[in-house]
Amino acid sequence: MHFNKCSEATRNPNPTPDLNPNLNVSKTMQAAYFLRAFTVINSASPTSSTMQRRRSIRRAAYASMARAAGNRRAWSRAVLRRLHRGVCLSSSARRVVIRRRIRVSRPREPGQADVLRSLVPGGKAMDFCNLLEETATYIQCLSAQVRRGRKDIRWVYYPG
Amino acid sequence: MSSRRTRITEEEMNELISKLQNLLPESRRRNTSRASAAKVLKETCNYIKSLHREVDGLSDRLSELINTMDNDSAQAEIIRGLLRS
Repeated sequence: MHFNKCSEATRNPNPTPDLNPNLNVSKTMQAAYFLRAFTVINSASPTSSTMQRRRSIRRAAYASMARAAGNRRAWSRAVLRRLHRGVCLSSSARRVVIRRRIRVSRPREPGQADVLRSLVPGGKAMDFCNLLEETATYIQCLSAQVRRGRKDIRWVYYPG
Repeated sequence: MSSRRTRITEEEMNELISKLQNLLPESRRRNTSRASAAKVLKETCNYIKSLHREVDGLSDRLSELINTMDNDSAQAEIIRGLLRS
């Protein structure tokens, strides 16, 4: 069985001792995602809209991605925080949150740095160097999530 | 102010930018010489946006499929098995 690509991307010199490297993390994550999606669909009240159910399944995708990366990355911690607060994770639905902003001066940064900060979870609090590192693993995990999503859909048509 | 680390060198910065450039899809198609930091950041932002669109699109597709899945189907039985283990 193949190793979860997110774990590889976030490997650090002090791995959590209780993480069994032989554990099929990918299959577990996939099962957890299906569990969540299935539960959402089956327990949805007749009054819950299609939109609400779709949103819940999108949340499940980002949640499983963040859980695969665990607490080791700032972006995954940010995603998990948002999850617990019930904030919408889907990138296409934006909520306006009014909060006090601390203006940090950002010397010598290219203009697109601010756009990048808004795209990477937790990016606004990072210095530029950390932002670049977090972006790299975030991209790797998003790509892995896309591959998993395609696999899941193929599986619905061709199980086994 | 800021950092726990000392001012980052230009070389370290270029290395991080280079690492990002290697993750971009275009970098696999041709042997690109190193692009400017601004260009790499711009491409990176576009790439992340397209990945978000893909993840959301796949999730929507999957939720449609599960919604219409027959409870007696083999897939439903396998999922129930996964939940039991």
